[in-house]
Amino acid sequence: MNSAEFLLWVRGPGLNIALVIFTIGMLIRLLEIFMLGRKQNLAELRANGVSAGLRTIFTRSTPADKNSMRRSMFTFVAGYGFHIGLFVVIFLLTPHIQLIQSLLGFGWPALPTPVVDLFTVIALISLMALLWRRLTHPVVRYLSTPQDYLVWAATFLPLLTGYMSYHHLWFPYSWLLGVHILSVEFLLILFPFTKLTHAFTLFISRWYTGMMAGEKGVAS
Amino acid sequence: MNSMQNSLKVEIGGYHTGNIPPLLHEIRHALRNLLDNGETTTIDLRSLPMAPGEQQQLLDILGKGEISVHLDALGKSEITESIYAGVWLIIHYNNNGEVMGKFIEITRVPAILKAQTADMEESLAALQMRLEEI
Amino acid sequence: MSNNKPLGQALREQGVSRRGFLKFCATTASLMALPPSMVPAIAKALESARRPSVIWLSFQECTGCTESLTRSHAPTLEGLIFDNISLDYHHTLQAASGDAAEAAREAAMEENKGNYLLVVDGSIPLGNPGYSTIAGISNLEMLKEVAEHAAAIIAVGTCAAYGGLPHANPNPTGAVSVEEIIKDKPIVNVPGCPPIPVVITGVLAHFLTFGKLPELDHLGRPLAFYGNNIHDRCYRRPFYDKGLFANTFDDEGARKGWCLFKLGCKGPVTYNACATIKWNDGTSFPIEAGHGCLGCSEPNFWDMGGFYNALSESTMNLSRTAAVGIAVGAAAGTASGLLNRRKKSKAEAAHETVSVKDLQREDKS
Repeated sequence: MNSAEFLLWVRGPGLNIALVIFTIGMLIRLLEIFMLGRKQNLAELRANGVSAGLRTIFTRSTPADKNSMRRSMFTFVAGYGFHIGLFVVIFLLTPHIQLIQSLLGFGWPALPTPVVDLFTVIALISLMALLWRRLTHPVVRYLSTPQDYLVWAATFLPLLTGYMSYHHLWFPYSWLLGVHILSVEFLLILFPFTKLTHAFTLFISRWYTGMMAGEKGVAS
Repeated sequence: MNSMQNSLKVEIGGYHTGNIPPLLHEIRHALRNLLDNGETTTIDLRSLPMAPGEQQQLLDILGKGEISVHLDALGKSEITESIYAGVWLIIHYNNNGEVMGKFIEITRVPAILKAQTADMEESLAALQMRLEEI
Repeated sequence: MSNNKPLGQALREQGVSRRGFLKFCATTASLMALPPSMVPAIAKALESARRPSVIWLSFQECTGCTESLTRSHAPTLEGLIFDNISLDYHHTLQAASGDAAEAAREAAMEENKGNYLLVVDGSIPLGNPGYSTIAGISNLEMLKEVAEHAAAIIAVGTCAAYGGLPHANPNPTGAVSVEEIIKDKPIVNVPGCPPIPVVITGVLAHFLTFGKLPELDHLGRPLAFYGNNIHDRCYRRPFYDKGLFANTFDDEGARKGWCLFKLGCKGPVTYNACATIKWNDGTSFPIEAGHGCLGCSEPNFWDMGGFYNALSESTMNLSRTAAVGIAVGAAAGTASGLLNRRKKSKAEAAHETVSVKDLQREDKS
């Protein structure tokens, strides 16, 4: 198999297989959660929980209070650096938007490539720092399961191979691009079956938490 | 043709590969090197990516100096000294008038202009024969 | 047939002056994409070079590669390259035909056994030997026969190098490239549809000058010509980096000459010399003319998922796949959810109230 045949496979059958597994897996996951149902709330509502639920989805993305932020400054900076970097790279790079547009039928403006490049570096450094912490911090290390390392690698690889393809590092571009797409397919397939699902479920649980607290008339 | 040009508004120019300034620097270094060490330099213009109009821009900067020579060997060749002494533009054509190569040579006299030893030896023999005929 | 005088002597006998020879060397260096500082070495090598015998085989091809070559503005093809190589067989260009042509090929093979250069354009059908024959000989048979005693093989054009158009899905003739058949000879791939003329002559000139084949990349292409990425060498690259793209062929971006990535330009995965050597006497190249690169020097370029689809898009219909995924996922998710609910309500239904009395009764039994 040469680089062109490989690229052809990952852009065609590979991507389609990954997308099917991803959509089916995620839909089963989400529908199971939604259909689980909750116990009927017999208490009188103090307020409408909808606005509180919506608010919590966003407020939980900002640091809770200065104290806990200061205590875990490292996780805070690396965590934000990684997540913001990843978001920019996935959704604001022209070729990625082009792919999304071919899938959904609409797109949005991109950022200049050198800017996205900067965010890639931020995300890569943050991820490496987080791994270093996982390996050196005794408590975090004790709590880590093989899945944590697997998911770390599955997230790191697309970023790394994407960075390498853009800068034409060490290998022919066609191979790098193929490996990059393949690593994304690997990520997509792992997605529904690992803690990566938090990218979706996070918002559901925030909504529930915020809504229930709101209905009880307390701040979440 | 004119009406077509009017209706089709195509903007050209404004492209930059950014290759002209480094190239001019390279020429400047080569000229310095020629003065200091007597070393000549040849730059192949075909090996550099150029945006539309950029090569002409470069040739305009170099300009036409005092000497312009036409050579006829395996097709024509144009050898022009630029307004900068010692910087030459050499364009080789084939018998069909197509460009085969474009070079910038930084030298006192381009090597191809000098009479070649082998050619002179042949000429010597030819002249000798001509004299014997007289 | 092939007179075996050193090239320098042969040129002088044709009345080419030393100046002409120097000019030839300078343009040959440029042709081989070698630095001008190599000219003296090239002059020395060419002086004593002997012209190689070349056998050119055309298989499943469109003659576009030969068209390209005969229009190459090397020191005029007929005048120099063909004078300096001995093209002993090329069934499109030669005057002889039929048995006479085949006799010429066999004579050249016999005379230059082990030393001749084999140039191939076109792919070879493996589906049925009858799909493509010359003088009743199948392409496969002829290739194997001529390749056996060749010094090296040059696969000219994407068809010979990688299968090209005949190899395109669904490949009805079972077309394959030269390197898929011949495994024991040095092969240079000179792909392109067609290849840039001076690239073809450049590789021939390299063999003529140095008596060996140039350095190759991972797809068997000479690095001197295929070492650079079209996208990296493209004068429109700054627009890509700035995020300025043409969205259609007649919008503002197209008129201003912005990047053609969104219109399907395959420049990022294409390695060729178009952006530097350019076409038609260095006039222009496809991207300069306003059309994206098709990636014609890459394997399978016909199947790259549509010439006008961006490189990052799938080669298949991704939306349809997603729709299928959503439909199946929704059904499976709902089924699983309902199953869970049934389990839950069954558990609720099976729930019995246990009183102190019940527990006592159990104790007794």
